[in-house]
Amino acid sequence: MGIINASKLVFEYIRRDEEGNVEGITRAVDEVDLDVKQGQFIAILGHNGSGKSTLAKHINAILVPTEGTIWVDGKDTKDEDKIWDIRQEAGMVFQNPDNQIIGQVVEEDVGFGPENLGVPTEEIWQRVEESLKAVGMYEFRKHSPNKLSGGQKQRVSIAGVIAMHPKCIILDEPTAMLDPNGRKDVIRAVRALNDVEGITVVLITHYMEEIIHADKVFVMDKGHVEMEGTPREIFSQVDKLKSLRLDVPQVTLLAHELKQGGLDIPEGILTTEELVKALERLK
Amino acid sequence: MLRDITLGQYYQSDSVIHKLDPRVKLITTMVFIISLFVVDNFIGYLIAALFLTMVIKLSKVPFKFMVKGMKSIMILLMITVVFNLFLTPGEPLISVWKLTITKEGLRTAVLMAVRLTFLIIGSSVMTLTTTPNNLTDGLEKLMKPLKVLHVPVHEVAMMMSIALRFIPILLEETDKIMKAQIARGADFESGNLIKKAKSLVPLLVPLFISAFRRANDLAMAMEARCYRGGDQRTKMKPLQYKKRDVLAYTTVAAYLVVCIVVGRILPGMFSA
Repeated sequence: MGIINASKLVFEYIRRDEEGNVEGITRAVDEVDLDVKQGQFIAILGHNGSGKSTLAKHINAILVPTEGTIWVDGKDTKDEDKIWDIRQEAGMVFQNPDNQIIGQVVEEDVGFGPENLGVPTEEIWQRVEESLKAVGMYEFRKHSPNKLSGGQKQRVSIAGVIAMHPKCIILDEPTAMLDPNGRKDVIRAVRALNDVEGITVVLITHYMEEIIHADKVFVMDKGHVEMEGTPREIFSQVDKLKSLRLDVPQVTLLAHELKQGGLDIPEGILTTEELVKALERLK
Repeated sequence: MLRDITLGQYYQSDSVIHKLDPRVKLITTMVFIISLFVVDNFIGYLIAALFLTMVIKLSKVPFKFMVKGMKSIMILLMITVVFNLFLTPGEPLISVWKLTITKEGLRTAVLMAVRLTFLIIGSSVMTLTTTPNNLTDGLEKLMKPLKVLHVPVHEVAMMMSIALRFIPILLEETDKIMKAQIARGADFESGNLIKKAKSLVPLLVPLFISAFRRANDLAMAMEARCYRGGDQRTKMKPLQYKKRDVLAYTTVAAYLVVCIVVGRILPGMFSA
């Protein structure tokens, strides 16, 4: 069994009127099966309301499934006794950097997680230093988070999660509120964590450019997993992605159009270099 | 304009005052405030001014940051001065129409203004040189004995530190909402006080909604990072008194003694 394992996961949001009567039920996550191996880089794609954030909150035991089960490192999230172990092992980074930074100084915020875990003081300092270096924010350790850019704040949030020494880190649209440069920095930091430290990454996003390096991609729509596979497998189905209201990277789209126009190039081209090579081969 | 309130804003620097234990700074601030009410002659205030100047110099915080905090209490200060000036009975100095300025009134008004100014600047020094987290750590430690009486000391400290952290964010947000509404023709400037207050309602509603949303997000983020109250927590920066803290306590004690002597005992001796 992998680090994250979900079986027939269902989650329902129940809307109630003022008297507490059930007004309606929305199935945000519907019979999702998931199997993530230690060390993988997983991307979950989907447009707004596809249930991807709800799914993410299950991995961290913030939400508990209505039906089905999810195991994180072999622990059932329904088990109240294991909840803190699960939250330590599966760290979570949220969308809005302002709403997840607790400390008034960068290093204090990174130390918040280890403090909660009861880590001894000297080790907290060691962890804070390591984590800030891992995301390239060490020189900002004495700064106030309010004076950092969005991308920098988000990297501090990531450092705050790494300092808890998780096995797996879930990023819920970490780049949605950032400018392109901040986005690049955050994704670079996340990839480094995955490559160097071997931390399992679950990246939830709707930016296609961010997922081309993933090991496996899940595409969600209306609570279901609609597509599943490597980025190349996913992107070779341009028309299906479009029907799910998702954009395709421009290079992939161009290659797709060229192919439909009659050129003999492979499907699922992900980078400019690949397209150039494929075109050169045609000559 | 809304960002000018410095109370609760930390000024990054690397001075002795910054490095002091927050408990020292809290107690010093309390002693300083007490001292302002102990003395009521000019020599006493001169000593207080000297003490304050020394602390400000040591803190390396530009003086203008402390004055910024003053703007918010300017009106209160004015009212106090005016009331004291005109309503203190005593030997008349100048008389205009029905209003009389007395010698005693002038004295109390000036002393009161100085007292309030020092009070605000003094507490600004504390908040400018101590990170809110540090400050609440200090408070938490100082209040710890109250835990026996079932006072939720850790929870209160945590709430305070969160509130302080969100002040600049919510101020920025207020500014943003205001600008957005001004762009759509809202008027916050003209009209009398009631009209102005009414025009704030459409500002407060979105602000409250946003604050609740932020609170919800933050609570989730804190839980995701294993926050579960104060019991099993360790501290990244545990409070430990160092040599400089002892030195600071000694200085403050000496200052208080001098204040009591100059402000209370000496005048009594002269008049006796």
